[in-house]
Amino acid sequence: MIANIKQQVVLHAIDESKHLEGALLPILHQIQHTLGHIPSEHVSDIAEALNLSRAEVHGVITFYHSFKSKPQGKHIIEVCRAESCQAKGGRAIEAAVKAKLGVDFEETTDDGEITLEPVYCLGNCGCSPAIKIDSQVYGRVTKEGVADLIDSLKAEQH
Amino acid sequence: MTIKVFVPQDSSAISVGADQVATKLQAVDEVELIRNGSRGLFWLEPMVEVQTAEGRVAYGPVSGADVDSLLASGLLEGAQTHPLSLGLTEEIPFLKKQQRLTFKRAGIIDPTNLDDYIEHGGYKGLRRAITMSTQECVDEVKASGLRGRGGAAFPTGIKWQTVHDTPGEKKYIVCNADEGDSGTYADRLQMEADPYGLIEGMTIAAITVGADKGYIYLREEYPHAHLRLNEAINKALDANLLGDNVLGSGQNFDLEVRLGAKSYICGEETALLESLEGKRGVVRAKPPLPAIEGLFGKPTVVNNVLSLSTISIIFEQGAEAYASFGMGRSRGTMPFQLAGNLKHCGLVELAFGVTLNGLLNDFGGGSASNKPLRAVQCGGPLGTYLPESQWDIEMDYEAMAGIGGVLGHGGVVAFDTSVNMSEQARFSMEFCAEESCGKCTPCRIGATRGFETIDKVRANIDREANIGLLKSLCNTMEGGSLCAMGGMTPYPVKSALEHFNEDFFLPAVGGPTTAEGVHANASSSGIIEISIDSIKKAGTSS
Repeated sequence: MIANIKQQVVLHAIDESKHLEGALLPILHQIQHTLGHIPSEHVSDIAEALNLSRAEVHGVITFYHSFKSKPQGKHIIEVCRAESCQAKGGRAIEAAVKAKLGVDFEETTDDGEITLEPVYCLGNCGCSPAIKIDSQVYGRVTKEGVADLIDSLKAEQH
Repeated sequence: MTIKVFVPQDSSAISVGADQVATKLQAVDEVELIRNGSRGLFWLEPMVEVQTAEGRVAYGPVSGADVDSLLASGLLEGAQTHPLSLGLTEEIPFLKKQQRLTFKRAGIIDPTNLDDYIEHGGYKGLRRAITMSTQECVDEVKASGLRGRGGAAFPTGIKWQTVHDTPGEKKYIVCNADEGDSGTYADRLQMEADPYGLIEGMTIAAITVGADKGYIYLREEYPHAHLRLNEAINKALDANLLGDNVLGSGQNFDLEVRLGAKSYICGEETALLESLEGKRGVVRAKPPLPAIEGLFGKPTVVNNVLSLSTISIIFEQGAEAYASFGMGRSRGTMPFQLAGNLKHCGLVELAFGVTLNGLLNDFGGGSASNKPLRAVQCGGPLGTYLPESQWDIEMDYEAMAGIGGVLGHGGVVAFDTSVNMSEQARFSMEFCAEESCGKCTPCRIGATRGFETIDKVRANIDREANIGLLKSLCNTMEGGSLCAMGGMTPYPVKSALEHFNEDFFLPAVGGPTTAEGVHANASSSGIIEISIDSIKKAGTSS
C-alpha cells in the first residue's frame, strides 16, 4: 500500500515536470517535499523517464543537502551555524538544541519525531541568531526560547 | 474612513513576530492593512508604519502584545507618545543618511502590487530600453560603471556586450539568487520587497542581448521570496510585461523561478548553470565563458539579483545619474548588510567610499553586547577578517583589495571580544570541506587537511611546523583551486593567523576558549605562564 503511494508520488512528479529544461531538480524537489525523502527503489523510475543512468540520478541526490535518501523525522529543526549567528551566540544555541534533543546534527530523535540539521545561513542575519522549525524561521532566539519551542513541538505530538 | 497601516511581510520580520502583529491589526475596523517589504532596519522589526498627513510614522520593534497599548495611545492617528514610537520613518537617522537607489522602493510599496510599482518609477526603464538600439542599451550599462554586485565585481556592460555579440538562436538570462554568503540578505530583501525591480532588470537584459528565456535560480532557504516572485511574474505576464512580444517590442521573454537545493557552491556561476541543467553543482573550467557557452551551451548572461535590479534604476534614471555616485572605478551605490554583533543590524545602501568604521559605528551603533568589537568579516564566509587597525578602510572594490580584503556581496559581520579567532579559522576550513564541489584537489582535500592542521595547532602538537604547514596549504589552495571556494577560503584563515595569532594559543578542548579567559586563568591560577609578549614572539617566529 505505502509502496504504491510512493510510486504514485514519484510518477506524478515525473509527469508534472518531465517536459521542463533541466527537469531533474524540480522532480526531486517535488518528491522530497511530498514524501520527505527520495525513495531509493524509485531512482530507476526517475532515471528512465529522463533518459539518465541510475548513477547520474543518485549522484545528484547525494550532492545536494536538500535531498534525503532516508525518511526524516516528522519535524525538522535547522540551526544556523554561519558567522553572523556565531557572532550572536549561535554556538551556544547549537549546543543547547543538541542537548535538549539528545541528538547530533543529521540525526533523528529515538521516537522518530525530530531531525536536527545544520544550515549555513537563512538570510536572517539582521535578526541573529536564527533557527528554523519546519517552514518557520525564528530570529533573535535564546537558549530558553529554543527550549520552549521544542517543548511545544513535543506537546503537539501528544 | 480607513487608515493605511503597514506591517512587513519580510521573512526576517516574520521571524520575530510580524504575522502576529498583522493578525491583531487586521481585526481593527479602521485599519487598511498593507503587507509591505522591509525597510531593512532589522533591529526595529517588526516595524509598523501608519500613513499620516505628514508622511508615514513608525513604531518598533512591535510584538503582538504591544498592539493594544499602541492602539490605545493613538497609533491610528500617528501619535508619538508610546515608548515604541520612532517618529517619521524617513527621518530615522539610519535611513535618512542612506542613498537608496536599488532599494528605493523597499518597504515603501506593496511588493506585488504592479500599479504601486509603476507609480514609483517602475517600468520606465524598460519602456526607455525598448526605444533604444540594443547596442545603445549595452553602452548605457557600460556608461553606468555597474560591476557585478554578486561579489566578483566584473563589469556588467562587458559581460552583456559579449552575449550581445555572440550569435545564437537561443540565449538565456540567468539571475543568481543563490545568496549563500553568511551575513548577507540584500538579495532576499530586494526580492521580497520589490520583485518587479528584478523582473524588469532581467527583461531589459533579455531585450538587449536577444534572449527569450530567463531563470531565477533561487536558494531553497527563501520560500517567501519564491512566493513573491511567482506572484509578480504572473501579474507581469498578464500585463504583457513578460511573455510574447513584451510591450510590443517584438521580443518574447519567459521567466521562471528554479529552486536550488542547499548547496553553497551553486552560487558560483558555472556550478549554478550545471545545477539548472539538472546536474550536480560541479564547477566548470573557464573558458569557455558562460557569456559564450553558458546554460545548455548557449550564450548566457549570469548576473546577481542586485546587479539586475540596479539595471532597472539605471535605465530609469540614466547611466550618468547612477555613475555620479561612488569613487574611483567603483561607481554607483553598494547595499551593505550589517550583521552579527551590532546594535543596529540592517541594510545600508550608500555610494562606494564610506568607511568601515562609519558603517560599524554611525550606522551599526557599535556592538550589541557592549563588549568592544574585535574582528569584522567583510564579503561573506570567504572574506578576510579585519582587525580594528583596518576599519578606516574606504569601502570600494580596489581599496579593499589593496589591504587583501573582500567587498564581495557587501556583507559585514562584526564580532566582539568573546570571539575565538582560531575557532573562526577552523570553521572556514570546515565549511569549505562541507560545501566543496569536489572537482579540484586543493579545495576537496585541502579544506579537510586545513581544519585537521588547525586542530593540531590548537592542541599544541608540533605548533611551529603545523602553522608553517597551514600557511603552505593556504597558498596551495589559493593558487591551485578552480574557483573562489577553494581559492578564497584561505583569506579568513590567513587573516586570523596574521591579525589574531594569539587565539591560536588558546587551549582547544576544555579550559577557557577566549583570549580573555586565558589571561584570567593565567592570573588566577598561576599555572599558565603566558604573556602577550611571548605570544607575539611565538607568532612572528613561526
